[in-house]
Amino acid sequence: MPTPQNSYLVLVVLMVAAVGFAAVPLTLAWLWAKFFSPKKPGHDKNATYECGLESKGDAWIQFRAEYYLYGIIFLVFDVETIFLLPFAVSFGGLSAGAFIAMMVFLLLLVEGLVWAWQKGVLTWK
Amino acid sequence: MDQGLRSELQKQGVFTTTLEEVYNWGRANSVWPLTFGLACCAIEMIAASMSRFDLARFGAEVFRPSPRQADLMIVAGTVTKKMAPLVVRLYNQMPEPKYVIAMGACAISGGPFKQGYNVLKGIDRYVPVDVVIPGCPPRPEALIHAFMTLQEKIEQQKLTGPHRARHLDPDAPSEFPVPVYGEHDLVPPKNPQIWQPPVVQR
Repeated sequence: MPTPQNSYLVLVVLMVAAVGFAAVPLTLAWLWAKFFSPKKPGHDKNATYECGLESKGDAWIQFRAEYYLYGIIFLVFDVETIFLLPFAVSFGGLSAGAFIAMMVFLLLLVEGLVWAWQKGVLTWK
Repeated sequence: MDQGLRSELQKQGVFTTTLEEVYNWGRANSVWPLTFGLACCAIEMIAASMSRFDLARFGAEVFRPSPRQADLMIVAGTVTKKMAPLVVRLYNQMPEPKYVIAMGACAISGGPFKQGYNVLKGIDRYVPVDVVIPGCPPRPEALIHAFMTLQEKIEQQKLTGPHRARHLDPDAPSEFPVPVYGEHDLVPPKNPQIWQPPVVQR
């Protein structure tokens, strides 16, 4: 049995056949739609929702930026609680350095809160 | 090609067809109805799709839950005036080509509620109906018969020429005006483009 000169040629032929198997019917359908089916858009057909009732508005929901700011601030202070808990549990056995480090951490936290408050982040307009 | 030549060729084992026939054959055997029932007729429509009657044999395999995936609306049941705008809107949302079967006495004429103030006297006042099924309610066999009638109708549609199918005419409307709830009745009470009251000769 003679070996093919380039064994990869079979793969190329198979790949072209596989792509063609999918692409040819799609192309034919596309051409058919282009030449034989007039596009007939309309108010109801272009409506956002497919329902017997009239569509009101679109599918986009607008969230206000404050929603995310509240969410982020809640998340920040939520995480801080996890740091405060071991601090409180081991308070009696802490060295002075550890205590000062924790106080600096809390100071930065409060500073951030005050800054955000003054910027009006917590005021829902 | 005339029918005689075609039949002679068939005797020799040569089968001929046209693009139009292949296209219509494909469409007629893959009609997807909209899941849409209004009253008692809907129960018969459901029965037609179940195992005893098995509408799936005709390619109407799946009742689509969205008008955008359906090409046949079976108006199954009493169309009240409250429901009529919704029916028309759903019809408008279906892509072309689309067909309507009015199933049951109520859908085609108002049926036993014809004298009622709240029932539409036939859905053909607002959307073009292809096949009507009389009966109250019609049995699933009647729906299957209507379905076969629709299939024959689709198979006879022309692709070109002045008598081509409605969906192939760029000027033919795809959406029809949706009636609104007026003070006493639907406004307008009918779509004069597609429904003219019969003239009574006395």
